[in-house]
Amino acid sequence: MEKRKYQSIVNKYTPKENRLYNGLVAFVIGGLMGVLGEVLIELYSYFLNIPSKEASVFMIVTLIFLGCLFTCLGFFDRVVHFAKCGLIVPITGFAHAMQSAALEYRKEGVIMGLGANIFKLSGSVIMLGVVSAYVFGLLRLLIMGV
Amino acid sequence: MTNYYNNVFLNMVSTVSGPYEANGSFSKLYDKSYNDFYFGEKSFETAESKLIDESVDILLNKIGKTRFQIDLHISGDLMNQLVSSNYAASRLGIPYLGIYSACASSVEGLIIGSNMVEHKVVNNCICTVSSHNNAAEKQFRYPVEYGGPKPKYTTFTTTGGCSAYLSRDKKGVRIDSSTIGTVTDMGIKDVYNMGGVMACACGDTIYKHLMNTKREVGYYDLILSGDLGIYGKKMLVEYMRTEYNVDLKNYDDAASMIFDVDRQPVYAGGSGPACLPLVAYSYVIDKMKKGELSRVLLVATGALMNTSMVNQKLSIPSIAHAISLEVI
Repeated sequence: MEKRKYQSIVNKYTPKENRLYNGLVAFVIGGLMGVLGEVLIELYSYFLNIPSKEASVFMIVTLIFLGCLFTCLGFFDRVVHFAKCGLIVPITGFAHAMQSAALEYRKEGVIMGLGANIFKLSGSVIMLGVVSAYVFGLLRLLIMGV
Repeated sequence: MTNYYNNVFLNMVSTVSGPYEANGSFSKLYDKSYNDFYFGEKSFETAESKLIDESVDILLNKIGKTRFQIDLHISGDLMNQLVSSNYAASRLGIPYLGIYSACASSVEGLIIGSNMVEHKVVNNCICTVSSHNNAAEKQFRYPVEYGGPKPKYTTFTTTGGCSAYLSRDKKGVRIDSSTIGTVTDMGIKDVYNMGGVMACACGDTIYKHLMNTKREVGYYDLILSGDLGIYGKKMLVEYMRTEYNVDLKNYDDAASMIFDVDRQPVYAGGSGPACLPLVAYSYVIDKMKKGELSRVLLVATGALMNTSMVNQKLSIPSIAHAISLEVI
């Protein structure tokens, strides 16, 4: 059989993902994460009496801690199964990616296991994030002069 | 290539399963089941090795032999360098052959063993396979806890260790013939679509087996493919119809049977080397002993996937081996 003909059989029986639904779920859950972040900023700045810029650092640390904790307790991945990219894209997803790699490789030693593999998934995010920050910073300088 | 055997018997089998299989369709038929993924071991890899150890121990107990009375141990799994099999073999101390054809390893082992027993190279042999969901996920996909969103046509690696004892003693089930498959590559690149990758290899092997043995599809009471999943099963049926003009009768797929797909979070069904034998060595052998099935064709399918090659945007080759079982 020709490859193209076979691939059409495979495509015929491969179920399609409902992208609109997945996108909506991610939008709503991601939005709720944003709301939670705002609430935390307000709470920190009210109770600790600090400017909201400092409170946002506290908020980030809190969310990262919760992401890591829920990964270790073993139910963050189950929520992701339902919430799709709503929890993977925000900062919680980054913490989750590092924490799950750390859990996986902790048996292989601190240096060659944990140290070498903790950025297995998130390393490329950091690398490409730095590169794109450089490119856009440069663009901004060239276009806007600031 | 099809081989025929006159004097090889599958005397006894043993199965050890993980937690998801224990909640699946054939929970009561396994010799032993675990509720967690570590089985008292420290890592997933050593846990998988323990599955092989335990299934061999249970098998030796059942047949009443010691490991010194076994001539050959053939074993396969999914891990790099076959670590699970190798570490289990180092403890067992039986002359050992490690084999790899991904999820088709179970039938590959039976074929090698049957040929050696038939031609009196060895008097008896034990064929084992194992797979471990978390160990496989760690090696082939993401870290286990990461649990990124997956498409619904992906399959869930089974956790289990299965052993079979072959000899020339006329007990159990007779091994009638076997067909060694060829590696097929139809250009599928989606690592989640294992059913699509393997359906063509499965179809080719079934057709070659039927041609070489000059048998009709209806000759078999059951044709059981390895781990195509609920969607791959449909692809195989259509592939057989359009390519070979064969309508599959009495056909089922172990991946779609082993779990309760509607109730368990396993997407399109099971996969892994242990998937087919967990079904064949429990449900199928049980039915054959009761006389409800007399001729069965097991077709194990394997996606010969490698993460480096997939990242290099190459398509995934696949293989399928078939072995035919008959009641005595």
